[in-house]
Amino acid sequence: MRALNEIAVVTTICIKSIPQRFWTSLSTVVAVSLVVTVLLAFLAMAAGFQQTLRGTGAKDMAIMLRAGAQAELNSGIVRNQARLIEEAPGVLKGPDGKPLVSPELYVIVDGIKKSTLPADGDLKKAPRANVTLRGLGPAGIAVRPGLKIVEGRQFNPGTNELLVGRALQKDFVGFNLGDTVKLGNSSWVVVGVFELGGSVFESELWADTPVVQDLFHRQNVFQSIRARLTGPDALGALKDYVANDPQLKLDVTTEAEYYAQQASRTSDLIQKLGWPLAIAMAFGALAGALNTMYSSVAARAQEIATLRCIGFSGTSSFLGTLAESLVLSLAGGVVGALFTWVAFDGLTGSTLSGASFSQIVFTFHLTPAVALQGIVLALVVGFIGGVLPAWRAARIPIVEAYGTP
Amino acid sequence: MTGQTLIHLQDVSKRFVKGKDTITIFDHLGLTIPAGDFVAVMGPSGSGKTTLLNLLGGIDQPTEGAITFDGARVDTLTEGQLARWRAHNVGFIFQFYNLMPTLSAARNVELPLLLTAFGRSERKRRVEAALSLVGLAERANHYPREMSGGQQQRVAIARALISDPKLLLCDEPTGDLDRSTADEILAMLQLLNREMGKTIVMVTHDPEAAKYARRTLHLDKGRFTEREMVA
Ligand SMILES: Nc1ncnc2c1ncn2[C@@H]1O[C@H](COP(=O)(O)OP(=O)(O)O)[C@@H](O)[C@H]1O
Ligand SMILES: [Mg+2]
Repeated sequence: MRALNEIAVVTTICIKSIPQRFWTSLSTVVAVSLVVTVLLAFLAMAAGFQQTLRGTGAKDMAIMLRAGAQAELNSGIVRNQARLIEEAPGVLKGPDGKPLVSPELYVIVDGIKKSTLPADGDLKKAPRANVTLRGLGPAGIAVRPGLKIVEGRQFNPGTNELLVGRALQKDFVGFNLGDTVKLGNSSWVVVGVFELGGSVFESELWADTPVVQDLFHRQNVFQSIRARLTGPDALGALKDYVANDPQLKLDVTTEAEYYAQQASRTSDLIQKLGWPLAIAMAFGALAGALNTMYSSVAARAQEIATLRCIGFSGTSSFLGTLAESLVLSLAGGVVGALFTWVAFDGLTGSTLSGASFSQIVFTFHLTPAVALQGIVLALVVGFIGGVLPAWRAARIPIVEAYGTP
Repeated sequence: MTGQTLIHLQDVSKRFVKGKDTITIFDHLGLTIPAGDFVAVMGPSGSGKTTLLNLLGGIDQPTEGAITFDGARVDTLTEGQLARWRAHNVGFIFQFYNLMPTLSAARNVELPLLLTAFGRSERKRRVEAALSLVGLAERANHYPREMSGGQQQRVAIARALISDPKLLLCDEPTGDLDRSTADEILAMLQLLNREMGKTIVMVTHDPEAAKYARRTLHLDKGRFTEREMVA
């Protein structure tokens, strides 16, 4: 109790003295908040990206790629393999009795992001970004029950008609209903806009398989097969079936797992960029914190010595000084987190997905867990920046109580 | 009026090592201060007055010799033991008051009590009593910057008294005050000596201030030359 009283009052003295060093204290808070903002922006990006990709995959949807392909882009599947999957066990049948199996084509085309449009609006000068064009048929719609056409209509088979994902339409130039779009050497017309639960598909263009195969010279080739499963246990049966047929050299997994894997690869990459950058900046903030705290200890030397003279312990000076540093860095952490939240949370960004090489539109998401990481980094800076000055505070000679203040 | 020995310095030497040089401040110094004494210490700058107070107050240790307080050795105590010993036995009064600028008068006075077992209400009662003793009961919630030098020094006296120590050590307590305020403070110290029996050792440059003490010790080249004063 006595020790607590002692530490509490020294801590109060230290913290209440912060306004006496307003500018240097403020600079520490600002430096720490910048570090936290940079870190949290990256982590919020990773979290948002992960959330988008996680939301994409269904657990009762199997996705099949050529063995070892890992991503749709690298995969290749022939029509006969798709036909064999239609006869596989564990595959759900639609109301018409047909198996819900969708062979899909995956092509990368060019688009222009609204955010990179030059000031004069000259499209020729704008940088191109990769966009996914997915070729699918009526089965592709049937296997995705969450699909909503929010504007216009579904494309008609055999035509150059495009269905555009909502996120892509918002982020890219020239995908409004009725627009004519040039993809590769061919012209297309936007006839509908779709939403699909905020998933990655909303960053895609969809068109009729045979037309895409024709215009992009991919006759009879697909990149993936999706199959709706009868239940969670059905994946095993499907895997066995594929493994026992030498014509089916395919990797089978659930769509949920497929996108979760893609998500962790890319969000790992984002975090691997964010952390070192934030830590490098943290060293700068640490130098500032040390400077602030050393000047604080120097300014309070006589107060500390007087307390020691009265009988206070060096430990209380140590802890009080450390507390002051932690308060400053915590303030920086909270300001940084709030700033990130106001400036970035809910902000839409798009990035090249590591595996698909096309743009995925996602939303920055500052989760409490992410914010906590920023606060912890701030406290680490405050702790290290406080320990050495606190040590000096504890070692101030008591005779410094004398003399001019 | 003065009683048995409170402080005894026996063959005390104090040397500071500065680089290659050793400065000897005291060489086999002896001093006895009875309980209830009020000693003024005068002497030229650099003669070791503050060093003497540091030794008496357990802030610094002698290089050689023994210091006893109330019959017990203090020169052998560890740093932590000394801190506790100071908290119970010594009140310090400084030239520049040394109040905590961010704490109110009452909170400043309370500081030494935080090292005791007293509860909150007992501490409050004692702080009020100490502040009224120095005539500042109304100023309890004022901050040092809102008070004159004389008032701040009275708060410092209340702080030095609050844990009821036997010994008060004052280093130039009126060095920063005008004549009439200085006289008020000195009269207060004299009252504490006479009415409450506090033993006081006061360093001063001011012969007028020294007149309030029972006796004056002149310190020069590490030696005392004592002259009794009529109090
Ligand atoms: N911690 C120390 N280290 C080295 N020299 C010191 C120290 N403290 C005091 N001195 C020296 O001891 C001498 C006496 O100092 P002090 O006791 O402060 O004198 P006074 O208070 O009488 O002016 C001075 O020469 C001073 O420089
Ligand atoms: Mg001195």
